[in-house]
Amino acid sequence: MATYKPVVVQTFPKLGERITQDTVYWRGYKTPVQIKEFGAVTKIDFSPVSPYNYAVTASSRIHIYGRYSQEPIKTFSRFKDAAYCATYRDDGNLLVAGSEEGSIRLFDLSGRAPLRQFDGHTKAVHVVGFLSDKYRIFSGGDDYSSSLWDVPSATEIVSYNEHTDYVRCGCASKVNADVFITGSYDHTVKLFDARTKSSVMTIEHGQPVESVLLFPSGGLLVSAGGRYVKVWDVLKGGQLLVSLKNHHKTVTCLCLNSSGQRLLSGSLDRHVKIYSTTSYKVVHSFNYATSILSLALSPEDETIVVGMTNGVLNVKHRKPEERKERSEKKRQPAYRTYVKGRTYMPKQEDFCVSKPVKRVLRKYDKLLKSFQSSKALDAVLEPPIRLYTPEVTVAVMQELHRRGTLRSALAGRDEKQINLLLTFVARRVIEPRFTAVLVTVADMITDIYQPVVGQSAIVDRQFLRLQEAIGKEIDYQEELLEVLGMMDTLFATFTKKRATYLEENKSNGLTETIETNRNN
Amino acid sequence: MVAPAALRVVRCGGGTLHGARAVFSADSKQVGLRRGYLLCASGDFVKMYSVSTEETLRLLGGHGDLVTGIQLNPHNHMQLYSSSLDGSIKLWDFMDGITIKTFTVGSKLLALYALASSEDSVFVVIPKSGERDTFQLISVKLTKAPGQDLEAKELSVVLDGVDASPKRIAFGREGEYVASVKDVNLQVYFFKQKQLNRFSVSGAKTKSGNNQFTCVACHPTEDCIATGHADGKIRLWRNFYHKKEYTFSTLHWHHDTVMDLAFSVEGTNLLSGGVESVLVLWRNQSDRQKDFLPRLGSPIEYISMASDGTLCCTVHTDNRITIINSNLRFSRSIQGLIKSADVKTGLVVDPRTKALVLNGEPGHLQFYCLQSDQQLFSLDIVQRQYIHQAGLNQADLVKVAFSAQGKWLATVEEREEVTDPELQLKLWFYDEETQSFKLNTRINMPHEDHITDMCFRDMDELEDDSLILVTAGRDCVFKVWVMVEDTDPEAQQSVSWSCDFVGSYHNYQATNCCFSEDGSLLAVSFEETVTVWDSITWDLKCTFCHPPGKIRNICFGRLTCSKYLIGATDYGFLCCWNLLSCALEWSAHLNVLILQPDPLSEHIAAVSWLSKESSLFVFKPNEPRPIYIQRNLCREKIQLAAFVPRDEPEMIGSEKYLWLRRSQLFFLTDTQELMTLSTKSLEERLTPSSKQLAVEESLPVTPFSLLLGKHRRQQSQGDIDLGKVLVRNKHEQDSPAVKELLHTPAHVLPSASFLCPIFINSLLISKENKSAEEVADEVEMESEKTEDDSDEERDVTEMEQEDTSPTELLGEMTCKLSKSQEKELRKIRKMDYSWISAF
Repeated sequence: MATYKPVVVQTFPKLGERITQDTVYWRGYKTPVQIKEFGAVTKIDFSPVSPYNYAVTASSRIHIYGRYSQEPIKTFSRFKDAAYCATYRDDGNLLVAGSEEGSIRLFDLSGRAPLRQFDGHTKAVHVVGFLSDKYRIFSGGDDYSSSLWDVPSATEIVSYNEHTDYVRCGCASKVNADVFITGSYDHTVKLFDARTKSSVMTIEHGQPVESVLLFPSGGLLVSAGGRYVKVWDVLKGGQLLVSLKNHHKTVTCLCLNSSGQRLLSGSLDRHVKIYSTTSYKVVHSFNYATSILSLALSPEDETIVVGMTNGVLNVKHRKPEERKERSEKKRQPAYRTYVKGRTYMPKQEDFCVSKPVKRVLRKYDKLLKSFQSSKALDAVLEPPIRLYTPEVTVAVMQELHRRGTLRSALAGRDEKQINLLLTFVARRVIEPRFTAVLVTVADMITDIYQPVVGQSAIVDRQFLRLQEAIGKEIDYQEELLEVLGMMDTLFATFTKKRATYLEENKSNGLTETIETNRNN
Repeated sequence: MVAPAALRVVRCGGGTLHGARAVFSADSKQVGLRRGYLLCASGDFVKMYSVSTEETLRLLGGHGDLVTGIQLNPHNHMQLYSSSLDGSIKLWDFMDGITIKTFTVGSKLLALYALASSEDSVFVVIPKSGERDTFQLISVKLTKAPGQDLEAKELSVVLDGVDASPKRIAFGREGEYVASVKDVNLQVYFFKQKQLNRFSVSGAKTKSGNNQFTCVACHPTEDCIATGHADGKIRLWRNFYHKKEYTFSTLHWHHDTVMDLAFSVEGTNLLSGGVESVLVLWRNQSDRQKDFLPRLGSPIEYISMASDGTLCCTVHTDNRITIINSNLRFSRSIQGLIKSADVKTGLVVDPRTKALVLNGEPGHLQFYCLQSDQQLFSLDIVQRQYIHQAGLNQADLVKVAFSAQGKWLATVEEREEVTDPELQLKLWFYDEETQSFKLNTRINMPHEDHITDMCFRDMDELEDDSLILVTAGRDCVFKVWVMVEDTDPEAQQSVSWSCDFVGSYHNYQATNCCFSEDGSLLAVSFEETVTVWDSITWDLKCTFCHPPGKIRNICFGRLTCSKYLIGATDYGFLCCWNLLSCALEWSAHLNVLILQPDPLSEHIAAVSWLSKESSLFVFKPNEPRPIYIQRNLCREKIQLAAFVPRDEPEMIGSEKYLWLRRSQLFFLTDTQELMTLSTKSLEERLTPSSKQLAVEESLPVTPFSLLLGKHRRQQSQGDIDLGKVLVRNKHEQDSPAVKELLHTPAHVLPSASFLCPIFINSLLISKENKSAEEVADEVEMESEKTEDDSDEERDVTEMEQEDTSPTELLGEMTCKLSKSQEKELRKIRKMDYSWISAF
């Protein structure tokens, strides 16, 4: 025997952005804090040790910010010209930075003056960094060379002159202390081994390389240049794994999140895109006010810091996770009584009596079950349901219509209730998911209350509002149809032209390539 | 090997159960055990169900027409009277399933009543001779003369002007009076006083509704008559000895017609039921105390009580029987093929369970097991509360399709609206864990108008991602739906369905769609034209047309005939197109209603309807001549047909019936009776195990029998260890002689000396190889048969080609090749194309 089936409330998938776990995760940041710097922010680097301060390189200064500080807690400003690429060492004690005049300086975080200065580059040094053994520094300069320096003696160990254009980015391997890579405007990424005299591997990116990144495992290499982000398999000899083209301007910076599951890229098109490193699909994206030059994520994804061309530093902190302790507490005693004997496993000779599960019905369902149509309609016109879940109201109206009792449920209402109904209908009738049902409802209301029009000013006003809403929607639809017609003509002419174009090319045997291009 | 027997149409389910009130057998009284039988009139048969297991135990067949009334013999509870439209009353021993006596009355019998007070007579309702639509209640004296077939001649009229419905006559306390209702009149006739009192309620059409009587019931101990009315009221009449000073009180709960009434055994409670499908229990016949058993599924047609009052049962209009406890708790339901208002889904075979799938309860899909004549389960598709009220248009299921493995199920439901129909396409995934279908995707308004056809791409060997669903709609397009894998790895569902391609042809309505066997081609018919599409690129490959007339059905040939496309048109043409040459291969003038290809062979069954009879033609697409013709399949119009694959290929002796080897053909008629073509009759089809059960079940369970049962179980386990013994036992059981011996009641058995040699013979193991003589006999019989057939089964009118190759036809039966060739030759010689002139 069947039990009562509750009213089916149709849920419609939300159009536009879909809510995934990623969107929930990446939306969990507070409103950003904006800090004005003196010039374009070219580099942001987080200290790898707690309390995770970060160094911001902008113009001729390097600012160190604390986790929640809006003012720099320390500043290095002994640069004559622009400073570049202030990078922490693995232990968070030392900081190295390149500069426009060609010298590389090493700072102690506790002191002010540079500990060491490495001279050798003839032009600006845009990229510096520590190798993972902590005692060597690699650098790349506008003099096309990339060098390796010894920290204790402040001398150059080796210099590679293999790039044919500015070297603007680089990265050291975390697993091998001798390996580092540099990317250059000559469209290549080169992998160097400190033990050899020349580069070990050259990867052709295709565009001037703006940023490179090595995965923590050291097996995958990510390069960004032009509008492309490309992922290469280093262990397979630099084979292209995937090429991502999700930005419409040059990609300037790359960053991995703390778990290594997501890759972030910032671009001059003001977007930060987040990719999944398993599927290489964009899972989320952030919008910023101006072009992005640098980007960094703190350990545990606690903070996202983005530097922009207009010198604004955008800092986002993660919201603390909400806990729902209260509701659990409330439930506890009841839970304890029910849990008694729950783990008991019936033996073979036991006679099991199953307790029927009592289903809790919503109020409108209870009323519908006992065929009280008017009351059921009243129940779904209560403010919380009417305002926040209009789909429930509409579903009940549809159910009443299905039962043939909608008319009697709508009839016999006073001024206040008609006002309420008409407000609801006028507001929701233009929503496509409700239109079909609410048009019927509006029809019935006008039918039923036609004789009393003119007796109440409030009801009359609502009728006029309804008329207005529907009129507006009709105008809007007409406009849309016009646009559709225009687009159709455009498409028609477009496809015709392309067809002829294809036919001309057929003799050249190019059809196939064009076809594939189109599919891309 | 089965001897070649004639193929006959066998009823195997469905039909109408509501010829009469169901009857509980009296041994449901057994203390502590609620075991008993329920007897129910079903078409020409009386069905016996077990109350505890819901199984059909026995079919009492013998009447030539609908059974209209059944009653237990009041003097012997093991006997049953039944009356039928064929004018006979039969007395059955229902435990053994044998007719004891047959009394022929002569005219149609419309209802039967048996009373304990009247010794040797029963009451029946017959039409009054000479007048139409007037009926009279007569008492029939059943003579005690010896012999089986007797003529009942002593008839005496009791009441004139009664209604034909069995619900409208009831006998009062100890048979003292009889009450009969018709229209707005109630007549009460007292047997002793020979007095007739008439009462009537006010005019037929009052403001409150229709006042007519619909049913009547009499209190078992008091002088009280309850009547049900068309407006939902129940009236309780008392003091009807007086013509003037009678009184009545009214009970009103039903909003629609009261369909049946029944008093409890003590008379304290009154049960009523109607269209609302709610059973109402009125306590002490008062308006205040009432209990309800709601949502019984479908309108209640009859209510009957067991004689001990522990159970009651309701028979519903959709053939379901619900058994209800005395405390108004649902106990169990007996459901065979549920009758639905309109089988819109067609007959579909579930590839997983081999069950027939069709519309069941409103909004449900029933899975009907053909072997056990039981409903396996009912899948709620619409998932909305069904309101039992006339004049509401509610969503119903219209199309169903299974994927080849039965893993996916697609359903279409629609609700007719004034402006535009409400459509939903639902895709269900079979969940192995819960062993049921789970909703995967719901698509609102898949087409802008009604969906006319739907099919999956049937590919057994390929993986899931090649699965494609095609729907054809009246909005002039067909749509291709594919599974889309969700890119988000954290999503709940990994796949969902979405539209991939929309095809149309000259703005014609798409009417049918069908995939070729290998899934490479899709045929979609657009009114008069059949279009063939490539299923990978969705390019239109070619079109076929056979004007005039719209395409009614299309299907592709299978196996060796996969290059053919068969279509049937409105103007009575059956066409076969060759897909390789893109030309018409042959066509025949035949008004085809149903075109059903066998999924396991090349054969295609076509059912035609002309001049009020249905005929069946079975043919192969590669030859225009039918393999098998059956004229006049049944009285009713055949609505649907389906091939159901057999579990194991049946051995069919006759070459003519080879097409039935791999699968069986089932039909559904207008009256929703399920029929099949078989060489066996229905009684044989009922498994002997269930018969055995009937005997065993009637024994009460005693501690001794429990002990014995345990002992037996151990023994059977021992048997399994000794495989040989088991096999031999089985052989003994299978032998018909032994079966006969064990299951025939002792008092009808012939003497033991007569039975002995048969029994001994049956124990001998026969040799498998047949003698040459037998084979020769068989061949002779076959050739005779073909000659017989060729008289009526000549050939088709328009034949484009005549290259019939018997090698293809016979497949593995190469040993008989030469003989069949001979036969072919003979057939061709005798061809005169005259059989078609009948149309």
